[in-house]
Amino acid sequence: MSRAGFIRLLIVAVAIVGLEVACHAGLIDPITIIPPSAMAAGAWKLLISGRYTEDILLTLGSVALAAALAVAGGFGLGYGLFRLPRLRRALDPLLASYYAVPTFIFYPLFIVLFGLNRLPLVAIGFVFAVVAMAINTLTGFERVPPVLRRTARALRLSEPAALVQITMPACAPYLFTGVKLVIAYSFIGVIAGEFVLSGSGIGHEIAFAYNNFDNPTMYGLMLLLIGFVSGLNMLLFAWERRFYRRRGLT
Amino acid sequence: MAVTLDKPTRVHRRLPRSVGFDRLLLLLAMLFLWQVLTWIAGPEVITSPPATARKLAAIINAPDFLGHAYETGRAFAAALIISLLGGLVVGLALGSRRLAGEVAEPLLVALYSIPKITLYPVILLLFGLGVSAKIAFGAIHGIIPVALFAMNAVRNIRSVHLRAARAMRLTPLQIAIHVLVPATLPEIVAGFRLGFALTLLGTLIGEMFASQRGIGYMLVQAMETNDTGTIMALALLLVTIATAASWVLLRLDRGLHGNEQH
Amino acid sequence: MSVAAKGPHASLRGVTRVYPAVEDHPPVHALGPVDLDLRPGEFFSVVGPSGCGKSTLLDVLAGLAPVSAGSVAFEGRAVAGEVPEGIGVVFQEDASFPWLTVWDNAAFALRRAAVSESVVSERVDHALSFMGLAGFASAYPAQLSGGMRQRLCIARTLVTRPRLLLLDEPFGALDQQTRLLMGDELLRIWRETGATVLLITHALDEAAMLSDRVGVMSARPGLLIEIVETRWPRDRDSTIVSRPEFGEVTGRLWARLRGESLKALELTGVGRGGMEIVR
Repeated sequence: MSRAGFIRLLIVAVAIVGLEVACHAGLIDPITIIPPSAMAAGAWKLLISGRYTEDILLTLGSVALAAALAVAGGFGLGYGLFRLPRLRRALDPLLASYYAVPTFIFYPLFIVLFGLNRLPLVAIGFVFAVVAMAINTLTGFERVPPVLRRTARALRLSEPAALVQITMPACAPYLFTGVKLVIAYSFIGVIAGEFVLSGSGIGHEIAFAYNNFDNPTMYGLMLLLIGFVSGLNMLLFAWERRFYRRRGLT
Repeated sequence: MAVTLDKPTRVHRRLPRSVGFDRLLLLLAMLFLWQVLTWIAGPEVITSPPATARKLAAIINAPDFLGHAYETGRAFAAALIISLLGGLVVGLALGSRRLAGEVAEPLLVALYSIPKITLYPVILLLFGLGVSAKIAFGAIHGIIPVALFAMNAVRNIRSVHLRAARAMRLTPLQIAIHVLVPATLPEIVAGFRLGFALTLLGTLIGEMFASQRGIGYMLVQAMETNDTGTIMALALLLVTIATAASWVLLRLDRGLHGNEQH
Repeated sequence: MSVAAKGPHASLRGVTRVYPAVEDHPPVHALGPVDLDLRPGEFFSVVGPSGCGKSTLLDVLAGLAPVSAGSVAFEGRAVAGEVPEGIGVVFQEDASFPWLTVWDNAAFALRRAAVSESVVSERVDHALSFMGLAGFASAYPAQLSGGMRQRLCIARTLVTRPRLLLLDEPFGALDQQTRLLMGDELLRIWRETGATVLLITHALDEAAMLSDRVGVMSARPGLLIEIVETRWPRDRDSTIVSRPEFGEVTGRLWARLRGESLKALELTGVGRGGMEIVR
């Protein structure tokens, strides 16, 4: 392990141990934060009790669907913008301000459109994630070095063959970044929606536990969620870095 | 007599003039699309552009609006100061020492990847319901990206610029003011742009969960009563403000980047 | 403006530079021990294989890097820790500040030294027209080609009227024809300012054509293994390449350098097997 990695581990360990000690010493009100050991115990109990399995699966399912749609839709949108540079330039400022609006405010709108089921949540996740994928797809296509396109023509490849065999592999790192962001944003969108106005899913259960002052359950669920999502994100980030480094990109 | 060896390369410092026209065209197209959606889904589901504009005017002219806007504004301002200044200080400090930056970057990225919504209950527990919770929400959204950008700005300073400054016998203070600041400024401003948008988002979300006043609160009210007209009017307001702010910061950003080699 | 018969303009005595160990890398003995005297007003080039410590030599001479052993002197005074007044440095990479105009770039050093604006103005105008950049004074470096940016870096250094001019492979990124023309420019600068010039280059023909003396460095750790005198007249230019002596000088340099370059290649991991064909 590198020196930096070791220091990092040390910092995290000290933080967790510090919190644990502070909680047990009574420095922190247990109504606010419970010790990390209690959080972990709560999380474990939740997992094995199976009471929340359905909610967990519902949330994950909605996220997966939203992510899949966002990747497909975002890719199409990104490619479309790449082929229509005029549209792209006109759209620039709007794309930049897209993430300043909390898109889950349209949740009631989606309920009216899709009904009182999981689809509005999928829609929110989709709407939140699709633009990130589009932007990264666009960047990927733009960063394909022109010399590769000339190579395709020199090899007399047809347009679709050039796209599949040269352009796509060249874009792959950026597309991967897009997918990584889509997964993160789909989670945020779906869970935010569940927090606010839903009757099912992990977000809803966390909000429910919060309203009932049920800290062990709340923190247990939060730990599960944060652990899962952060773990997934960090895994994807590590892959992404390796991907870029192998290509000699920064 | 010196020989003129070559001509300077052309750099497009201004966008072609048709972009403004294209943007207008796009705006009209989007308004038209919006109207079509209204016709398809019905005015109770999606209010039409003119109806939304009227609703927004009504909201703005209502006596309590100024109070709400002020509430959101002051929380946002405080959160912005914390995220921009805090992020800047943290980022600069971490970027200037190699080991610190190496240790900190994955930690910051990991923290950033935690969906902040999952922390909302903790924030509410820590700060209670009220202004401080809102400011906290706003700050946690913006501070890490600003720090990451500032850190990268420092790390990306070209060492040849520092060596040239030393070769020209500049004092450390002179190097800081005349080389470090201009070299890092464009990237720091880019971080500020992102931090601005995210802090605004965070503050609004904070209001939705933790307040009885402010624009975020108005949104939540409208959501719970299914008042589509208000939701869309407020969304329109937010989009306009965010786009305008983003455009201003983009101009500033371009003004600085325009002189850079890329 | 030459320092007549007062001894060397700058000198290195037993200079050694060892880069200290970092994390898992062992210390690197990059340079030395090197002894060198620069005669006042001469044009001295240093050639050597890549990684031999040529740039380190320049850094040490300028005061940009400390020595691990030995001493450096400029105009009779020791050089340690900071860059002495009277030395100008042009680096390998483009060091122009992208956020300033050409004019402001050239004026930068003088302004930081609190020189009065009228003097700054006069010197910058002169330096820019001297380097053929007068028409681009209000342009930004991003709008200039690579060659012009290096000319800007040279102009920025000239403005301070250095008595010793150190150039670290300044024309490395340019094409051959531009290099030859820039070489003529450099000779013109040298003649008209009367400065002592130390040029680091990997191009043998450049060193042979421009210099009064050429120092050949060995592969790492860099040692000065030979100094070749060219005995060119002071008013030379690039047309000198047609003279037979030019071929002789270049040949002598390569004869010394070839073995060292092979050694340097091996140091960087290219195995002996592949080089059998070349030998």
